[in-house]
Amino acid sequence: MKRRDFLKLAGALSVTGCATPAASKARVVVVGAGYGGATAAKYLRLWEPAVEVVLVERLDSFTSCPISNLVLGGSRSMDDIRRGYDGLRRRGVRVVRDEVTAVDAAKKTVMLQRGSPLSYDRLIVSPGVDFNFNEIEGYEAAQDRILHAWKAGPQTSALRKQLEAMRDGGVYLISIPVAPYRCPPGPYERISQVAHYFKQSKPRAKVLVLDANPDVTSKGPLFKRAWQELYPGMIEYRGNSKVIAVEGKSMTVRTDFDTFKADVLNVIPPQRAGDIAVKTGLITHNNRWCDVDWRSCESKAAKGIHVLGDATLSASGMPKSGHMANQHGKTAAAAILAMLGGREPDPSVMTNTCYSFVSDKEVIHVASVHQWEAAQGTILPVKGAGGVSSARSEQEGAYAWSWAQNIWADMFG
Amino acid sequence: MRSPLLAVALLALPLGAAAQDGRSLVATCANCHGTGGRSVTTEVTSLAGMPKEQIAQRMREFRDGKRPATIMHQLAKGYTDRQIDLIADALGSQR
Repeated sequence: MKRRDFLKLAGALSVTGCATPAASKARVVVVGAGYGGATAAKYLRLWEPAVEVVLVERLDSFTSCPISNLVLGGSRSMDDIRRGYDGLRRRGVRVVRDEVTAVDAAKKTVMLQRGSPLSYDRLIVSPGVDFNFNEIEGYEAAQDRILHAWKAGPQTSALRKQLEAMRDGGVYLISIPVAPYRCPPGPYERISQVAHYFKQSKPRAKVLVLDANPDVTSKGPLFKRAWQELYPGMIEYRGNSKVIAVEGKSMTVRTDFDTFKADVLNVIPPQRAGDIAVKTGLITHNNRWCDVDWRSCESKAAKGIHVLGDATLSASGMPKSGHMANQHGKTAAAAILAMLGGREPDPSVMTNTCYSFVSDKEVIHVASVHQWEAAQGTILPVKGAGGVSSARSEQEGAYAWSWAQNIWADMFG
Repeated sequence: MRSPLLAVALLALPLGAAAQDGRSLVATCANCHGTGGRSVTTEVTSLAGMPKEQIAQRMREFRDGKRPATIMHQLAKGYTDRQIDLIADALGSQR
């Protein structure tokens, strides 16, 4: 048989569902329907229609963190960044609206808040991040006035309202935690979006940035150039400025050396893997992140459980991004189908692309390609590949919005 | 297929290692180009069903800096020649 014919045959078999006996009886439970979990659920069914997939999600729809900064900037609405789960249902994924309260790894069972326990052959945990509010004194008591908006949803709308209500000449203060955190360029895109809004509507307003990192952690020269050229005099950036305390009543934040007052306080707290990863004992590093085998995303702490997305201990050069979580989902899906069929997972390949809007139309990117390196036992960025935009452009703005639509369709279509 | 030995090895597996590699590799394109290379936008090209020779050639032109791009020249450098061929085969066989 010629290779082309063989591939055609292989393709035809995969379409008709050439189920291995093990995979056809297997049930995979997925916890969390974000960039990682939804993608894994879809691709499990795409590649093996006989496998049973149960996706447990506590919300009734998805709100994307990528693009959510444009809601703050005013060029996109909450409806633009929301998607439902009907496409996954049409693929045969059982979408259960519930919350996982505990995982019994020995009995291979997840407990639900409302529904009956679910048994699984393999479990995928894609919980995103939760926040360590207690690392910032006063934050827990001030959450009615001080927002993070670092999970897209009600806080995104609320922060937009605070910006709209702010007086011209007021100060918007954003604080950025020490890396690693969800979406490395996200805070800098947000700074750009808020400045864009101020430029249109509140030209005397200021943006004050307190970054716990020494300098802009992603696409620094491109962001700084955009700030200088598009929003001259509007943005004050301070590196090595870690916020250690906040007070809602006086609307102030404190670093080791200074106290700052602002009209809108947007404090992004330090982050860790989501609560269910903590409860399940999947955390392996710094009380924060879950180490995995990057061929399968299988937890190094618990057999049969795969962890995806921002919750993972990122491999070298791997950002905590939605794009990356989508790639984790596909790697896990392929590996799980291989393992259910009694085979070893293939070496993994992943890409990352993070587009950032520096205005309503102009965009910059950072990209990378990651390949499994057997000798090092991990996945690493390919040297010489990847990079950043040569300059911001409207062309990349069109590509960025296209990216969002294609990746949402890739997750939910 | 160059090596008859490899062909036998491929057929011994349920789906075939090359086909599996191909579908996993194509899944790395899907974030921007759509599931199976079927883009839902007009800004980004659909790759599904494009002749495989054309896909492989474009990827190599991007990689070698012979084709202008905003991002593909950076991404194409991340794949081996064999992976480019597997991607082209898998996409070229989609409809």
